[in-house]
Amino acid sequence: MQLLFDSVTADYQLGPIRSPRVLRSIDMNLKSGSFTAVIGHTGSGKSSLLKAMNGLLIPTDGQIKIGDTVIKAGKNKRSLKKIRKQVGMVFQFPESQLFAETVEQDICFGPLNFGVPLIKAKKMARDVLIQVGLDPIILTKSPFSLSGGQKRRVAIAGILAMQPEVLVLDEPGAGLDPAGKKEILSLIASWHHEKKLTTVLVTHDMDDVATYADDVIIMNEGQIVMHGDKRSIFSEEKELKKWHVDVPDARRFQLRIEQETGVILPQVCLTVEELAEALIEVNLA
Amino acid sequence: MNKLILGRYFPGDSWLHRLDPRAKLLAGVYFIFVLFLANNWETYLVLGLFTFAVMRLSDVKFGIYLRGVRPLIWLILFTVFLQILFTAGGEIYLDWGPITISEFGLINGVYIFCRFVMIIFISTVITLTTKPIDLTDAINILLRPLQKLRIPVDELSLMLSISLRFIPNLLDETQKVMDAQRARGTEFGEGSLFRQMKTLVPIFLPLFVSSLNRAEDMANAMEVRGYQSGEKRSIFRQLYWRRRDTLSLFIMILLTTLLIWLRTEGGIGH
Ligand SMILES: Nc1ncnc2c1ncn2[C@@H]1O[C@H](COP(=O)(O)OP(=O)(O)O)[C@@H](O)[C@H]1O
Ligand SMILES: [Mg+2]
Repeated sequence: MQLLFDSVTADYQLGPIRSPRVLRSIDMNLKSGSFTAVIGHTGSGKSSLLKAMNGLLIPTDGQIKIGDTVIKAGKNKRSLKKIRKQVGMVFQFPESQLFAETVEQDICFGPLNFGVPLIKAKKMARDVLIQVGLDPIILTKSPFSLSGGQKRRVAIAGILAMQPEVLVLDEPGAGLDPAGKKEILSLIASWHHEKKLTTVLVTHDMDDVATYADDVIIMNEGQIVMHGDKRSIFSEEKELKKWHVDVPDARRFQLRIEQETGVILPQVCLTVEELAEALIEVNLA
Repeated sequence: MNKLILGRYFPGDSWLHRLDPRAKLLAGVYFIFVLFLANNWETYLVLGLFTFAVMRLSDVKFGIYLRGVRPLIWLILFTVFLQILFTAGGEIYLDWGPITISEFGLINGVYIFCRFVMIIFISTVITLTTKPIDLTDAINILLRPLQKLRIPVDELSLMLSISLRFIPNLLDETQKVMDAQRARGTEFGEGSLFRQMKTLVPIFLPLFVSSLNRAEDMANAMEVRGYQSGEKRSIFRQLYWRRRDTLSLFIMILLTTLLIWLRTEGGIGH
């Protein structure tokens, strides 16, 4: 499903005070089936961008088109419900939204809200729980009795069970151990390919960007300052430095080797494997 | 969630912001008592002008105060309504079975309304211009004498300051959880009362759980740093009583004198 932002401006209404504009005339086009990583430092508006995709932050100006549903300033009740069904949103620390008595009830909460029959929702809950790598035995347990990593998976399962066509995730790996984080991200990546989703992922880890994403968006002070496919973005070191964005480890390694040896490798390498192949190709290794 | 004005602090540097929190608190509480001296339109006018002047001194826009009244408007109107119905005397405007609306009833209704609004305005002024933490310090100091009666003033004010400290966090978190459940298809403020009540569970449960966790973390953190209740403690944020603080109390006394002079003895409804 395509996501189209047309000069979207938005802010938070904080009682009497308006926050400074957190999204400033954002234009972007995320193609159906793309996997986009959003990076930028804290407060640059990444989470707000995601909220706008789910109708939780309504533009004050401009419009957002998701599939063929439009959100713009004013009342959007119908379209909001539709959009929230189509766009699954995994918040930062999603385990803090768990509330039900059992894991099964919690996972079924979303689907039931969107009118899925109970039997179907329950079956779905079981399926997604297995997908996220948990044992269906815990379906009858209380979500509060689980470990941190398990809670995170249950919360993500609760979103996947809604069968969204667009998946937006706000730092899904934050606060997990490296192995747990890797598992969750590869799970999301395989779900993305299997279900042909359009996925948007906020992350601070450039190696995650290199491994999982196709495209990259860099945000700064509520604006998109760079948007393109990851290889072309990570080849512009100067521009990246301006926005205080690092490059993946492998790419940094490559730049260092090129500087020291004077040999320019045939392509921009983003992962260790790519770098190894390139080095072998030019006989440096 | 963000509409609540009462109890919010607006950073600023007005005369009122710089006033000692003890002076503000004393004057505020005193004002509520002084209100009961008013019993005719002259006295209400004086109090109204006073309230207005204080609000101007705070450098906060008038509209913001009005928003502070809005959540309480039904409570106020209900009280006014009762007052109008159950006060007799003077000319009768409407006599309809058990319901009579009299002159004194109407006048009293208006007075009650003014009283409510002024109390809200003045307490809003205090919380808008005083950091919550300064306010609790002031309460702590002002209540000190009660320690003689074995009332645990220090503990109470610690509880108060911890609660105040976590209100913004709680509001933020409420917002987050609401957003998260909205993304999962909950619609707030829709459908029957019963359905609306049901949508509260997915919000309050997570908040409750996280508050309990936080309380436990906090208790542990205090304990490992050697906190013990009942110890004598010095104050970290010193408060300084200046001339303007004395002046503000003096103004309150002037106001009282003026009111006593203007009020009618045994006036309406008293
Ligand atoms: N609920 C909110 N109310 C008011 N301002 C907010 C809220 N959430 C975020 N902001 C402001 O919006 C800006 C962007 O924040 P956010 O989208 O969370 O950035 P990021 O996710 O990149 O760290 C920040 O300046 C932040 O202070
Ligand atoms: Mg964020």
